[in-house]
Amino acid sequence: MKMTGAQAVIECLKQESVQVVFGYPGGTVLTLYDELYKHKFPHILTGHEQAAIHGADGYARASGRTGVCFATSGPGVCNMVTGIATANMDSIPLVIISGQVATSLIGRDSFQEADISGITTPVTKHNYLVKHAAELPRVLKEAFYIASTGRPGPVLVDVAKDIFDTVFEYEYPEVVHLRGYSGTYTGQAYDIDKAAAALEQSACPVLLTGGGVILSGMAEPLREIVEKTRIPVVTTLMGKGAVADTYDAHLGMVGMHGSYAANMAVTNCDLLIAVGARFDDRVTCDVENFAPNAQIVHFDIDKVEINKIVRADISINGDLRWSLPLFSRKVSQSAVDFTARQADWRITVLDMKQSHPFATRRMAHAVSPQVLFEEVSRRTDEDAFIVTDVGQHQMWTAQFFPVQRPRHFISSGGLGTMGFGLPAAMGAKVACPDKQIILFTGDGSIMMNCQEFATLHKYGIDVKVIVVHNNVLGMVNQWQRMFYDGHYSQSVIRDNPDLPTLTKAMGVPGFSVREPAELPAALDTLFAVSGPALLDVFIPEDENVYPMVPGGKRLDEMVLGGVDA
Amino acid sequence: MMRRHLAILADNKPGVLTHVAGLISRRAINIECINAGYTEEADVTRINIVVSVETDWELDQAIKQLAKLIDVIKVVNLDAAPFVGYELAMIKVKCTAAGVREELTNLARLFHAKVVDVQRESLVFRLTGREDHIEALLKMLADYEIIEIARTGQIAISRGVVPVKEM
Repeated sequence: MKMTGAQAVIECLKQESVQVVFGYPGGTVLTLYDELYKHKFPHILTGHEQAAIHGADGYARASGRTGVCFATSGPGVCNMVTGIATANMDSIPLVIISGQVATSLIGRDSFQEADISGITTPVTKHNYLVKHAAELPRVLKEAFYIASTGRPGPVLVDVAKDIFDTVFEYEYPEVVHLRGYSGTYTGQAYDIDKAAAALEQSACPVLLTGGGVILSGMAEPLREIVEKTRIPVVTTLMGKGAVADTYDAHLGMVGMHGSYAANMAVTNCDLLIAVGARFDDRVTCDVENFAPNAQIVHFDIDKVEINKIVRADISINGDLRWSLPLFSRKVSQSAVDFTARQADWRITVLDMKQSHPFATRRMAHAVSPQVLFEEVSRRTDEDAFIVTDVGQHQMWTAQFFPVQRPRHFISSGGLGTMGFGLPAAMGAKVACPDKQIILFTGDGSIMMNCQEFATLHKYGIDVKVIVVHNNVLGMVNQWQRMFYDGHYSQSVIRDNPDLPTLTKAMGVPGFSVREPAELPAALDTLFAVSGPALLDVFIPEDENVYPMVPGGKRLDEMVLGGVDA
Repeated sequence: MMRRHLAILADNKPGVLTHVAGLISRRAINIECINAGYTEEADVTRINIVVSVETDWELDQAIKQLAKLIDVIKVVNLDAAPFVGYELAMIKVKCTAAGVREELTNLARLFHAKVVDVQRESLVFRLTGREDHIEALLKMLADYEIIEIARTGQIAISRGVVPVKEM
């Protein structure tokens, strides 16, 4: 069938069952947007391209489907680079279609020209520059395939402006031929037998859940293993929700702001089974002394991750969709009485969990972050999606807010992108319109994409935004307090605008609360609003996130602080 | 430091070298040289790189990271089996007197180099060989005035019948 490049893009989106595009128009994508207009293709116009890509990212994280964005050349798609890097670090499937200047103008420093395939090479799973219309269907087919298979990631397709206008014979390929990429990864079954044998022999095992469990949709078989063995569980930030936080031997997050029990359990265990985790430095801290007594079993789809940071004694390299069901079956058939074998260890870790819970100060005249999270949690069910921005509030959310289901905790982990939260929460709501979406953000983070309250209002996207407001860039401030003699260099932001006034100007009702006694009623008011709303909750400026492992220290050298510090 | 010869087979498409070079810089892989060229298959490019690594772990990471690139079909460490590796160098030397030209031509013969350009003021040596061979000639030429050097860096191929694509 004859059609233009722009028609071909829309046709490809339909073939790939894309339901919505997040984007922002501009000079080089006028023909593409004209086609979008003719097809009435669902599109969310954000206030900034960065929000479009975080929106598509939040959409992908909440739904598991590939998020799609459009942007124009130069400044348009350059504004997406942070979002592309964010998705790349957390392995989120995205396809970004950007306009490039016309082929005759490429390389001449033309108006709004930027070499975006060059710029994004280090932060995409793959990228393309399309200069011939006939390539477009194949490239888009490959882009969607590469983004969503294997270890997922963002793929950028940069299309020269004239290609959108070129008429050519369209045919969408049915299959992808890539000699350097298969998309399916299975490993050796005997590696799984070795892992199972190691678990059978272990008296003090720990299971470390990573984001891969959630990305692969393999929380179920993992939970079967947990159910059968009652193994103590620790999680990375990205793995939160893989195993329900309410599981009694879930010790919480491990790492720099991990729980006492999680950090001590990893330090003292004799077997660490890491599943879909990549041993980020925020998890391992002093990597030379990470899990020093443990045999390490590493399940991961990405060969590169095996032995990259932590040397694995047993590695199971392959898709968790292949390995975890097999591992689960192996464990369920085992004759070993895991609970009896691990009984002493279980008592030890449960003791640590009970004696050192996460805590912040409880104050009579100021809202304690811990109380805030407990109050919000009381008002939501387990099907609510919890989204965060980046900073202290992010760590507190991870510490205090119980998450029961995979995909229900959404946060920028690897890149730690402030400004991610609001647009990502918006994208999550677009993906799951009948679910409750709650964003926890900070007064620093929220200002980085606060223009998106207008987008929430425009489309009636119901996100409940809770600002944990401490008048400082909390995490920076905490480090300055602890390691820079209290020199609060550029981290005090008391002159921020009044947030409820700001959101009201954009059509979103906002409230603020300062007194602990008024918090429950304020939350009730927030949740009673139909549609998006903001609650600005003031907390003390000097609250620290504890435990904290100072830079370069071992997990068991964490500073506890907390309740009465 | 260990020097290792990697043969990379990649799709012969625009952007492939950018992807390979981008990865090398972002993963801080130390490379001694890189070159690329056509192969016996029209749609396959072979990129030859020599990396210097401190440890086997570093080498293993470099190979796995390169292999992960979508347009890279295969990466083989040629040092794992017997191989031959050579480099081409072209060296332009100043020579204005007939006696000097005579000396330089003698040197070329001793080193099995060819003189491929002769002008009134200069001549150009072409030498193919192992790196130490080229270095030895350069050492001898230090007594003369070298105007310009162009070198390919090593390319390498395994000994025996099995090609990289079947390794």
